Amino acid sequence: MEQIVCKNLCLGYDGRAIIDNLNFTVNTGDYLCIVGENGSGKSTLMRTVLGLQAPVSGTIEYRNGLCANQIGYLPQQTVVQRDFPASVREIVLSGCQGRCGLRPFYNKEEKALCEKNMERMGITSFAKRCYRELSGGQQQRVLLARALCAAGKVLLLDEPVSGLDPKVTVEMYSLIEGLNRDDGITVIMISHDIAAALDYATHVLHIGKDTFFGTREDYKNNYSGTFFNKGKGDVDNG
Amino acid sequence: MAELIDKFILYFQYPFVRYAIIVGVLIALCSSLLGVTLVLKRFSFIGDGLSHVAFGAMAIAAVLKVTNQMLIILPITVICAILLLSAGQNAKIKGDAAVAMISVGALAIGYLLMNIFSTSSNLSGDVCSTLFGSTSILTLSEFDVWLCVGLSVIVVTVFVLFYNKIFSVTFDEAFARATGTKARLYNLVIAVMVAIIIVLAMNLVGSLLISALVIFPALSAMRVFKSFKSVTVCAAVLSVAASLTGLLTAIIGGTPVGSTIVLIDIIAFALFSAIGAFAKGKRT
Repeated sequence: MEQIVCKNLCLGYDGRAIIDNLNFTVNTGDYLCIVGENGSGKSTLMRTVLGLQAPVSGTIEYRNGLCANQIGYLPQQTVVQRDFPASVREIVLSGCQGRCGLRPFYNKEEKALCEKNMERMGITSFAKRCYRELSGGQQQRVLLARALCAAGKVLLLDEPVSGLDPKVTVEMYSLIEGLNRDDGITVIMISHDIAAALDYATHVLHIGKDTFFGTREDYKNNYSGTFFNKGKGDVDNG
Repeated sequence: MAELIDKFILYFQYPFVRYAIIVGVLIALCSSLLGVTLVLKRFSFIGDGLSHVAFGAMAIAAVLKVTNQMLIILPITVICAILLLSAGQNAKIKGDAAVAMISVGALAIGYLLMNIFSTSSNLSGDVCSTLFGSTSILTLSEFDVWLCVGLSVIVVTVFVLFYNKIFSVTFDEAFARATGTKARLYNLVIAVMVAIIIVLAMNLVGSLLISALVIFPALSAMRVFKSFKSVTVCAAVLSVAASLTGLLTAIIGGTPVGSTIVLIDIIAFALFSAIGAFAKGKRT
């Protein structure tokens, strides 16, 4: 079932395109990994899919009941968050904000959803702890729980393992894999880590000089670019 | 001690003392509520910047000989606050530079206008009292008090109703926007509230010391408390307590009101830092 269809997409800033003619489709239950060099436009693509900026030309269609703001989003950490005084529960609950509209306070269902997602990510035990005192991996799980509160169907992850040590990286990947496999959540992940991408993803979108979109097998067999071989050696660098 | 209480009772018979205390407490409450958000958004200095804008606007109002200066000061300050806060994230000139630019520019233009057009013989005295708010809190009229009460009620109500939205927008604006929160609208609400509070606060502590009212309670609370809610509540309580203590001290001791309140805020900050450091040491 198609969820996101991008046609002839042209992306960039101030009318100046950095990616031309991008076509890809995301189906329910897919695990799409978006890879590419720095500056190739991965983040721009992500911001466009989230509806934070408009494409220069082309269209993004959301199908089968999906809206632009029903995509759960795991952003990279900002400077503001590093010393933000907030408890884990407050942050996870803020994922429900989009559901509130103009209603000022959270209702029972939203609070229950928050508890459920904290349980799912295994962070219930430190619900009252302060976010800035947690380890990098724990912080990512908090933000993932928040993303799940915002949307239960599609997750968009922006470099979810950057800055994590190898052990926590593996845990994070298996957590995401679990959400994709067991809960049927569509995952779109931006990553530098091509080797890992090829372990978990069902589809790969490589943007850059030679844009590629297809299944993991196609990518392995046909697109044996130097990038892949180079990336395979250093899994740990994330 | 009994002498001191007698003195208090004597002073409280004067309406201007009662007005000063009501207004002082309300402004302290309002400014501390938004202080937490402003400090976290890296806009600690916006209080200072906007108060200089208000100073410039006041000069314009004086030159135009407008009787009710608020009618000029409030709109100009609100517009500047909106420009600073809502363009903040992707503006060409970023946060601190933009605040500094507007602040210095408004101060210079304000002083220039006052210098050229002023008829007063004591110009530097006028400027000084606008900037440091020397005694204006003790010369409030009943109308000023009611205006302040009304605006404070609005600010507190809006803050409580928008509390959760302010939290999401402050913590992660991109996420909030991506998941359907109208971040721009709430940034606008925050900006307008900030402007109103700063124009109000100019009466109490004067332009230069408004930053202290905005940042000290928030920073003190952040030393000790760990969640957004507890930090906000603590900042509000602390700010009200410090202003009350400062006002009473100033009235009894005859010291300048604004500076006394800020001194109390500094002492409170030192105290909270010590408590925070102690609590941390105990945990590890």
